[in-house]
Formats: sequence, structure tokens, C-alpha cells
Amino acid sequence: MTATATKTQGGGALPAAPRPRGGIVQSVNDSLVVARRNLIRMMRIPEVVVFGLIQPIMFVVLFSYVFGGSIAVGGSTSPSDYREYLMAGIFAQTVTFATAGAGAGIADDMHKGLIDRFRSLPMARGAVLTGRTLADLVQTALTLVVLSLVALIVGWRTHENAGKVLAGFALLLLLGYAFSWIGAVIGLSVRTPEAATSGGLVWLFPLTFISNAFVPSDNMPTVLRHIAEWNPFSATVQAARELFGNLPPGYKAPDAWPMQHPILASVIWSVLIIAFFRTLAVRKYRSAAA
Amino acid sequence: MPGAIYAEGLVKTFGDVRALDGVDLDVPEGTVLGLLGPNGAGKTTTVRVLTTLLQPDSGSAVVAGIDVLKHPNEVRRSIGLSGQFAAVDEYLTGRENLQMVGQLYQMSARDAKARAAELLERFNLADAADRPAKTYSGGMRRRLDLAAALVVSPPVMFMDEPTTGLDPRNRQALWEVIEELVDGGTTLLLTTQYLEEADRLAHDICVVDHGRVIARGTADQLKAQTGGERVEVVVHVSEQIAPAREVLAGFGKGEVAVADHTRKLTVPVTGGAKLLAEVIRELDARGVEIDDIGLRRPTLDDVFISLTGHAAETETETGADGAAQQKEAVK
Repeated sequence: MTATATKTQGGGALPAAPRPRGGIVQSVNDSLVVARRNLIRMMRIPEVVVFGLIQPIMFVVLFSYVFGGSIAVGGSTSPSDYREYLMAGIFAQTVTFATAGAGAGIADDMHKGLIDRFRSLPMARGAVLTGRTLADLVQTALTLVVLSLVALIVGWRTHENAGKVLAGFALLLLLGYAFSWIGAVIGLSVRTPEAATSGGLVWLFPLTFISNAFVPSDNMPTVLRHIAEWNPFSATVQAARELFGNLPPGYKAPDAWPMQHPILASVIWSVLIIAFFRTLAVRKYRSAAA
Repeated sequence: MPGAIYAEGLVKTFGDVRALDGVDLDVPEGTVLGLLGPNGAGKTTTVRVLTTLLQPDSGSAVVAGIDVLKHPNEVRRSIGLSGQFAAVDEYLTGRENLQMVGQLYQMSARDAKARAAELLERFNLADAADRPAKTYSGGMRRRLDLAAALVVSPPVMFMDEPTTGLDPRNRQALWEVIEELVDGGTTLLLTTQYLEEADRLAHDICVVDHGRVIARGTADQLKAQTGGERVEVVVHVSEQIAPAREVLAGFGKGEVAVADHTRKLTVPVTGGAKLLAEVIRELDARGVEIDDIGLRRPTLDDVFISLTGHAAETETETGADGAAQQKEAVK
């Protein structure tokens, strides 16, 4: 067999594919190869990144100037207090939009036959999806950098040391990474990239609004208030606020456990989401039909 | 000994549709099998099962000596897949596409790079190597797609409708590449709707319809099975159809078929060229003026029509992978 194969390809003598290294090394390698491919795509279609920035920037500006001054946070109606309070919420909402990106990207790959190409190759099982979510993580990080600069311009400041601030951003990125796995499941479940985009966005609005992201949950009706306090999204918002030092003086966190221990709650929620949706996504990938 | 591609009793149902209804295949090493059939016949489903993309409900398959169901990842090392559903990334350049595929076949980055350069050269894509694939013409894209399937020189290749949508010149060029490949010893399973393609490339042909293999053999065997040669005559004016019919009835081995509006008469015969000469003399003697006359052997089209009851390329989209293929067609 090797002899025929060598003859077939004319020049360089390569046998059938090298034996897979297997295990974690191969998984990491394959994931990085796919991530690189997705990053190259991202650079060649910069519109996607640019449009991805417009909405969060509009939210920063609109919420800061339209709502600032009307919303009381911890007893203060100062616009600058609200602005500081708001930013972690907008950052968190922005990272969850990675869901739509991952979903649309994977649905597009399915639609175009690339998933079939990948599935016919002797590569690690989860690598196509891990590569995609890693590339999305890079995009999310870039988006956060730009958004932070805009936030600084409108008057957002942090009041904790650099370590804590970075930890806050790390939690935001972890949340974004977790949500891109939800996007992967959506992308593998729908037929077209368009459906994946809207399917990735519709539920994000209630999820991010029934939370503490834009207004404190204290004045919400009881049912919504409980949802908001246990919302995985709220935990990360609260954690980032705490780590950025953006909670206004006199602010008292709600009694719900995740609001009292937001950092731990944020990590637990994100890890649970990743574990659950990654398993689901890999299973779907293995039986995916174009 | 089972061949390089061997399948027994493959069954796959999608809901109520039996896409595969007991498909058996045996492709000896180094030969080409043409899988011929209308859309929705089960060709694509068969290829998807053999390339590990789809689990059959029952049946077994061995590719390159490896059990497809038990060791799919081992099979993937030994196969190349090209055609309508194994695409290239249009935002990556040709070179980047091939390098990526090489690395995912577990080649080192350096080997993958060298191999990509070699394939780009061989498939006449060196000039376009560093342009995104979306700028490629249809023919170039197919060549890149084929190159991607050949990155590791797999002993077994699958091509799903490799030339669908190509113009005749590009189709010719691709056929030459495929022939070269087969001369080198690669075993190939090819699905096609083009009977001409199967005739030219395939050693053996399986005609599939409704998830079953309804006929198999070489192109010549299938044609012989369909029936022998026929004489076809086109007369100059319709008044002469009647005398021509009498002449043909005298020589023929069956009913004379007449198409009035084209003034064409057809009759099955035996006796070849010698008989044809006699027919011409007799027609001449009776004063029948002819526009065209010839001895016709059945084409694979005739085979197809006689086996499936409909022509290959006009079949409506039915059956299980009809929907999938329809989707392909839309793009």
C-alpha cells in the first residue's frame, strides 16, 4: 500500500498520514491549527469585528448620558457613579455576544462543507470547536480593549490594584468563552448562519436585561429580582464591579448567595456552562450532518 | 480477499426514507468504481458512510483493510475525500488551506508546508497560491479541493461528483488528473450523474436507485445487458417513412420504432456494418432518400433509462439525500 501511495504522489515520498500522536498533545495542536485558521479569517473579514464593536460603544454612550443621572445606584443619582456602575454590565453583555459569532461561524462551516472536511480528517474530536472558541476568545479580548478605552473616555475609572482589575477582565473573558460554547451548540443545531446569528442573540437580551447589568436588581418585581440575582450573567457583572472597585459608596449587595460571593459564583457558573455545553457540542459535532 | 473498499448490507434510514436499503460494494485495490444514480438515489449517503461521516443503521464496511465502524480514525488516515461536500475555506489562500489540511492529517508544520508547495505546483495553482480561494475560478477551486484530498497520498480516494458544474474544458483537465492518480495505484470510488464520466473513468459501475444497487458490471457489460446495436435512419420527407419502415422490418430483429416529427426510424439488429451496407443498398433501391443513417450501440444513458425508467439528469429530487443535494445545488 505504501509503495502505491508513494508512486501516486510523484515527488516527495510520504506514506498515508502519520500516526496520530493522540491524547492531549494532539488535541492542543489541532485546536491551535483551527484557531489559527479562524484568526486568519477574522483578519480578512475585519467588518465582523468592527460591527461587533458598534453596538457596545453605542450602549456605553447612550446609557451613560441618557440614563445616567436618572438611575439611583446605592442611593446616589450622580451620573458619574452610574457610569462606573454601568461599565462592567456593558463589558459583560459584550462578551456574551461571542455566542452569536461562534454560532454563525460554525453554522457557516457546516453549510459550506468545511465541517465534513474536518470530520473526514484524523484529527482530535473537539478540536474544530475548541479552535473556534479560542479564536472567538481572542476577538472578545480585542473588543474589550477597545471598549475599555471608550469607557475611559466617558469617565470610567477603576479603584483597585492592577491585579484585581486584570482578574475582573479574566472573569469576563471566561464568561465569554463559556458563552461561545453555547454558540457552538446553536451553530451545530441550525441550518443556516443567519439562523445561528438570530438564535444566538434573541435570548441574550432578556438574559442580560433581567440582571444587575444596567440597573440594580433591588427595585425589580420579586420574581425578576430572584432571577436577576441567580442569573449566571449577574454573578460575573457583580464580580467585575467588585474587582474594578466600581460599586458606589453605600452600596449593599443583595442577600442572594451569588451576590454575596460573586467571584466564586462567576467561576462556578462559567465552568459549569463550559462543561455542559462543550460535552453537548462535541457530541453534536460527531454526528453532525450537513 | 475483500477489496480496498468493501461494504455489505449498508442500511440507513432518515425518518421514513430508506436512503440506503442494503448496499453491497467491493472495489478491488487500484481500480475505480463509478457509483451512478439520480439525485437522492443514495450515492452521497454511501460515500458519507464509507468516509466515517455517517453511522449506518446496519451493515459493515472495510476501507483500506480497516473496519469503518470500529476504527473510524484509522480509516481517516488512509482516505482522501473530495467533491461537493468536502470544501475548502474560501477566505484562506490555496497554500494556507493545504497546509492546514496537512497539519490536521498530523504532519509536522514543515512537512505540511513542503507538501502544500508541491501540490500547488502539480495542480497548476502556484501562481494563485497566495490568493484567497474565493478569488479562484470554479476549475481552480475543484483542483484545490482535489489537492486537499491528496495531501497525504491516501491509498483510497472518494470523489463525490467531482466535475459537477465544471465547463467541458475543466472537466477534461480534471479527468486527466484523476486518470493519472489511478495509474499511480490509488483505489477510487467516484459518484457521478454524468454517464460519460463513468464511462471514461470507471473500471466497474454500480447503478444505484432508491438506496439499492440495481445493476453492476463494466460499462460494456451493462450496455450489452441493455440490448445490442440498432440501426437508426432519418428519411428526407415524411412520405418515405412507410417504405423505409418496410425495409427495416425486413432486416430487424424486433419492432421498428418511428418518431414521426423527426422522421427517425429505429430497429434492433444483429450483423453490424455489413448489415448496415445492405440496408443502405435496399433503401436506395426503393428510392428512399435519407438524411442520416447509422449503427448505434447503447450508451450508458440507454442503460440508465432502461434500468431506472428515467433519464439520469432529469430526475426530480426525491429520497433521502435529495434534500442535501438540493441544498448543494442552491449554493
